[in-house]
Amino acid sequence: MSETATVPPSIAAPIPSHAELFLAFFRITLSGFGGTLAWTRIMFVERKRWMTAEEFNEAYTLCQFLPGPNIVNLTSVFGSRMRGATGAIAAWTGFLIVPFCVMLAGGILYERYGDVETVRRILSGVAPAAAGLLIATVVKMAKPMFSSFGPGPVVLLATAFAIGLMRWSLLLVLLVLVPLSIALAWWMPPRSQP
Amino acid sequence: MKADGDILITLAVQFAIMALLALGGANAVVPEMHRQAVELRGWMTDRQFTDMFAMSQAAPGPNVMLVTLIGYHVAGFAGALVTTLAMCGPTAVLAHFLGKTWDRFRDRPWRIAVQAGVVPISVGLVGASAIVLTGAAVHSLAAAAITVATAVVAIWSRWNPLWLIAIGGLAGLTGVV
Repeated sequence: MSETATVPPSIAAPIPSHAELFLAFFRITLSGFGGTLAWTRIMFVERKRWMTAEEFNEAYTLCQFLPGPNIVNLTSVFGSRMRGATGAIAAWTGFLIVPFCVMLAGGILYERYGDVETVRRILSGVAPAAAGLLIATVVKMAKPMFSSFGPGPVVLLATAFAIGLMRWSLLLVLLVLVPLSIALAWWMPPRSQP
Repeated sequence: MKADGDILITLAVQFAIMALLALGGANAVVPEMHRQAVELRGWMTDRQFTDMFAMSQAAPGPNVMLVTLIGYHVAGFAGALVTTLAMCGPTAVLAHFLGKTWDRFRDRPWRIAVQAGVVPISVGLVGASAIVLTGAAVHSLAAAAITVATAVVAIWSRWNPLWLIAIGGLAGLTGVV
């Protein structure tokens, strides 16, 4: 890793091999408590120079918008840009092995000790904190939307109401709201406040 | 926890569908997972679901690994493997193909409308997750206080979220909740 870190910016790094892709994402999950996105950026843009900052942002924007787990999709987009379909598989596998094993261990422990009083108490405090983190995520994501004119905030509230409060089927709600929202965005493109 | 074929097929189909509906990320389909696992199929109790979500937030790795816990609970190791592959596989294939073509349409008006239309829905879905999980996790004033305090600190500070999770766990351990 140290030899690639010293490559001057003018020289593009060689395209990583499949093994390098696998190992890069494997390492990212080993070092990433929560911050897998930050580590992916450091690894790809700063250390290895496999991508420019612009290429990284573009790939990330696509993944935020695609269905499915963002960061997992990101491994696929990166791997496939470097080495095609097999590169995507190498990156995807490297990224998922460690979290899968960790969660499997967590599941085994939970089935065995989930009813122990101490564990129950800890989880009864962690669960409301985790809900609080999710609320914070929503507020941060929604902020820019409420600062512009357009149908966005109405669609946002309608979605949260239909799924969160009414508990309607996700498939049916999306079948109605997605075309409606795209049509609204087509006729009333969001404009920033003057 | 016996892993017969029928339950594995159900898990594979349900989670692959959820992955394709997860606009904006895994957190968008938490209410649908809850609806399927707790309300429709009775695979687990409300409390177990909330516990698993809390664990997936506290553990290293992406939040989507909640599906691994659900799969393990329902059908053991095979179940964990099936839910993880179903949730992470199909959309990664989609990403592989779209990653090549999407940038070609960068300036087309329809692409801008599609993005502008989908983003508020994806945020609304995470909002729905927050509503469902708060309802499931908060059963006392003390728990509500933890939720509100965590949200406020996470919005207005740059603390590592793990500290907030740890404080919540400590409050639970000492019997505050």
